[in-house]
Amino acid sequence: MSTWLRNNRLAALAALAFALVTASIALVFFYAPVDADGLNQKIFYFHVGVALTAYACFGWGGWKALRVLWKRDEDADLESYVAIHQGVIFGALTLVTGSIWARYRWGHWWEWHENQLVLFLVLFLFYAAYFMLRFSVPAGPRRANLSAVYALFGVALVPVSILAIRLSERFIHPVAFDRNGPNMAGSQFFTFCVSLAAMLALAATLYHVELAGKRIDVRLRELREALR
Amino acid sequence: MTYLADVGALARKDLLLELRARDTLPAMLLFVLSTLVVFHFALPGNSSERAATGLLWVAIVFTALLGLSRAFAAEREQGVLDGLVLAPSDRSAIWLGKALSVLVFLGLAELVALPAFALLFAPVDGSMILGVVLADLGIAAVGTLLAAMAAASRARELLLPLIFLPLAIPIVVGGVGASVTENPARYVGFLALYDALFAIICWASFEYVVTE
Repeated sequence: MSTWLRNNRLAALAALAFALVTASIALVFFYAPVDADGLNQKIFYFHVGVALTAYACFGWGGWKALRVLWKRDEDADLESYVAIHQGVIFGALTLVTGSIWARYRWGHWWEWHENQLVLFLVLFLFYAAYFMLRFSVPAGPRRANLSAVYALFGVALVPVSILAIRLSERFIHPVAFDRNGPNMAGSQFFTFCVSLAAMLALAATLYHVELAGKRIDVRLRELREALR
Repeated sequence: MTYLADVGALARKDLLLELRARDTLPAMLLFVLSTLVVFHFALPGNSSERAATGLLWVAIVFTALLGLSRAFAAEREQGVLDGLVLAPSDRSAIWLGKALSVLVFLGLAELVALPAFALLFAPVDGSMILGVVLADLGIAAVGTLLAAMAAASRARELLLPLIFLPLAIPIVVGGVGASVTENPARYVGFLALYDALFAIICWASFEYVVTE
C-alpha cells in the first residue's frame, strides 16, 4: 500500500480531492441547516473556501518565489508560477461566487462596499499583470528573478490592500469570524471545514497536474534542443 | 559613506542628463496641465470639489507613469545598465539613485500641478500636500523598481502601467483619504507605512531585477 501511494501520489491526491468535494457538496445541501438568509446562503461554503484557497495559493507562490531568490532553487520558479496560476483561477471563482452572493443579498451584482470582493479584484488585476510580465521576458534566470520579485510584492500587497480597502470603505460585509470565534452553528462550521479542505485538496491536485504537464513541456523542449 | 556617494553620483547623473536634454520633465509638466484641463471638461457642471480632488490623484499617478516609463530609457538605449551592474558598488544604490531623480521630477511636476489645481478647481490644504509628498515617496520607490522590470521585458512601456497600477491603488486610497477626509491622520500614517514597507522590499530585491 505504501509503495503504491508513493508511486501514485497524484492519483491518491486526486481521489482524496474527489471524495472531499463530493462529501462537501453532500454536506452543504443535505446536512447543513438552512439559516435565516435562506437557500442562497449555501454559496457561502464555497465562496469562503475558494477565497481562502486562493490566498493559500498566492502564499505558496510567494514562498516558492522566496526560494528562487534565496536558495537559487531552479525548480521553484515553475512551482511559483503554477501556484499563482491556480491562485488566479480560484481568485476568479471567488469573484464570481461573491458576485452571485452579493446579487442575492444586496440586489446588485457588484458591491463596492464588499471589502473582500474589492480586494480580490485588486489581487486579480495584480496577478493578471504577473502573467503579462512573465510572458514578455524570455525564459531564463532573468525571468525567474523578475517573476519572483513581483510575486513577493504580491505577498506584501495583500495586507496593505486589506488595510487600504478597510480605510476606504465602511463595513457592511457580514463578519463570519469575530473575536468570539466562529459565528455559526456547529454543523455549519463542520460543513465549512469540510468544504475548505475539499477546495484545498482540489487546488493541490490541480497544482500537481499542471506542474507535471509544465515539467514535461520543459523536458520536451530540452530534448528537442539536444536533437537539433 | 561610499554608498551614499554612489547614490548621489547616480542621481546627479540623471538630473544632469535631464538638465541638458530636457526630454522628461517638460513632457510631465505639459501632461499634468493638459490632464487637469481635460478633467475640467470631464466633470459635470454641478460636481463637488471632492470629485475634482479625486481626479487630481488620477492625474498625479498618470503623470508619474509618464516619467517612470522614461526612467530607464537612456540606460536601455545606451546599454548603461550593464556597466552600472559591473560597477563596484551595491546594486541597490542604482535603485536609490534613480528613485531620487524620479522623486525630484515628480516633485517639480507637482510644484506646477498643485497651484494649477488650486487655481482651477479647489483650494489645497496642508494635509493634502503632506499626502502628495508621502505618495511621491511611495510612487518613486515602487515605480523605479517596476520600471527597471519593464525595461528588461519585451513589452516595456506597455507593461509598466499594468504592473504599476494595482500597486498604486493603496497610494491612491491613502492620498485621497488624506485630501478629502476630516481626519487625515490615519491616511497619512497609512501612506507612511506603505512607503516604509515597499521601500524596504524594493531596496532588498532590486539586485535580482538587474542581475541574473
